[in-house]
Amino acid sequence: MSKMIFDYIIEEKLPFMWCEGCGNGIILKSIAKAMADLDLDPKNVVVVTGIGCWGKADDYLKTNSLHVTHGRALASATGVKAVNPNLKVLALLGDGDGVTIGGNHFIHAARRNIDITAIISNNFNYGMTGGQYSGTTPEKSFTSTSRYGAIEPPFDICELAKAAGAPYVARATVYHVNLLEKYIKAAIAKKGFSVVDVINICPTYYGRLNKMKSAVEMMEWLRDNSTTKQDEGNIYDNKFAIGEFINIEKPDFSTKYAEIQKIAKEKILRMEQDLGGR
Amino acid sequence: MKENVKFLQGNEACLEGALKAGAKFYAGYPITPSSEIAELASLKMPAVGGVYIQMEDELASMAALVGASMAGAKAFTATSGPGFSLMQENLGLAIMTEAPCVVINVQRSGPSTGLATKPAQADIMQARWGTHGDHAIIALYPSSVQECYDLMITAFNFAEKYRTPVVFLSDEIIGHMREKVVLHDDIPVIDREYPRVPKEEYKPYDPSENKVPPMAYFGSEYIFHASSSMHDETGFPNNSPKNADKVIRRLWRKIYDNEDEIIITKTFETDDADILIIACGASARASREALNILRAEGIKVGLLQLNTIWPFADKKVKELSDRVKAIIVPEMNLGQIINEVKRVVGNKPTYGVNKVDSTIIEPHEIIDCIKEVLDNV
Repeated sequence: MSKMIFDYIIEEKLPFMWCEGCGNGIILKSIAKAMADLDLDPKNVVVVTGIGCWGKADDYLKTNSLHVTHGRALASATGVKAVNPNLKVLALLGDGDGVTIGGNHFIHAARRNIDITAIISNNFNYGMTGGQYSGTTPEKSFTSTSRYGAIEPPFDICELAKAAGAPYVARATVYHVNLLEKYIKAAIAKKGFSVVDVINICPTYYGRLNKMKSAVEMMEWLRDNSTTKQDEGNIYDNKFAIGEFINIEKPDFSTKYAEIQKIAKEKILRMEQDLGGR
Repeated sequence: MKENVKFLQGNEACLEGALKAGAKFYAGYPITPSSEIAELASLKMPAVGGVYIQMEDELASMAALVGASMAGAKAFTATSGPGFSLMQENLGLAIMTEAPCVVINVQRSGPSTGLATKPAQADIMQARWGTHGDHAIIALYPSSVQECYDLMITAFNFAEKYRTPVVFLSDEIIGHMREKVVLHDDIPVIDREYPRVPKEEYKPYDPSENKVPPMAYFGSEYIFHASSSMHDETGFPNNSPKNADKVIRRLWRKIYDNEDEIIITKTFETDDADILIIACGASARASREALNILRAEGIKVGLLQLNTIWPFADKKVKELSDRVKAIIVPEMNLGQIINEVKRVVGNKPTYGVNKVDSTIIEPHEIIDCIKEVLDNV
């Protein structure tokens, strides 16, 4: 019998704790749908989350899950995957966990190409703690700690992931649900470190403080400011280029480490034989 | 059967002990004076089907240990002061998620970068209280290369039995000195208790009678959720006052109710002692030499060597202190063990030999202190 969304989401726990108009529910449903399409066995799936609104996604999952400290989800996920490469490991990261406090772990997970899927809920602020600015907050926008307008430019998460070496990098928005589902499925199926930057809406904080009066208005903002023409995208101008930026084959950490294990076994065995055994 | 006798550095013996205990995952970042452990781990872990991974920093290393432990591996790392400081938050993660693992801190002179290649014993209180919040911790500390091996296996056993991180203190002297060590084969190795309930009924934090929940692993038939947040037996968040009280006290009692097993000490000639030395690590070695010299002069000195630092050996210290005139506590710090001793022994005269110039306490410094105490007592 084929899998359904509620094979991965605990239906009894609905409604989600997220605000009205938050896009997290859309992202979580897309993830569940992707897992169902890929017919993943929940007991072989481990979802690692950090702290924040998106970090609470694990409360709703029927898979294994590990809710860790802020910024360190990718590091814990690396430990899980390295011990058992047969597990399907996802990391659910907000803009903080993903590229601010978690920035160092993000670039190294990409660099070492550990087979983990990072799905980033990017809503341009720290919602859970009251809407402070993050590493992706657009310059000049207003947040609870940039009340005169932010003066720091944001990261382009996709450029960061590409530069760090990730073999699969894509961006969608919570408005473009079909693309979102497609990219999440491809990212999960991909062997290697895959990143989906999901532009999300936070009507309670970012939207309200930047004069977008409703979730609907924010969705229209996503619709009107996204482009599939990747060279027309400009994160500094709130122009979101959506699509798959990179999709290449690259041997992942665990595959290469299995080779190391083989070599090490032979070498140590030879060493012990030379020493006349124990 | 031929004994496996080697001449090893303390750090090397730590690694051999970890291998014997069945360690299959090492994540760390090199730091003097512990880097030899990382280098040997990188060589030997893959040979036994384990994984060595150099994480980008110590925060990531400790986080990776928790993930690896949840995936079923016996996991460990090695560091020194600056790295140990970075690991504190995720040590708390390991405590809250009840993730068995071992964290080696080969202590060096601080604070901060300090003197990277020189010894100290100044992380004693940090091992107890470095991570925030109410928590219990087990910390062990060898005084010889043999103990580096034996006690490391014990550290892993405690981690597995009590589902807790264990801090394994060492210092630059113990870590780098070379001594004969017998790599015993027949030391019992304990594995975490696996659940036995039907998988639909499994609650990952439902404690058995000894307050330690049986532990499944990611990928087993048991699906589970683990969290840094305050949670109940299901592993999912629970913010009720009743639950918070229950969990915090269970995590505490999990260790303290078992302290009789966890507290390991060695005594040297304490039966008829007038003066008791209490010491650990490299200072215990100097204390033993001081004891030998003074005994030869007819002065009745005894030594209580602490191999378990936390929980503190309250009962043993009280028992031995009742019989003596004074207690001497030599430490390569300005006084950390001594405060615990004083807490236990009350009015019994207690004196420290405190050296913080980054060199080892020498036997004559302990002897001089004892002779001065005897003149005045």
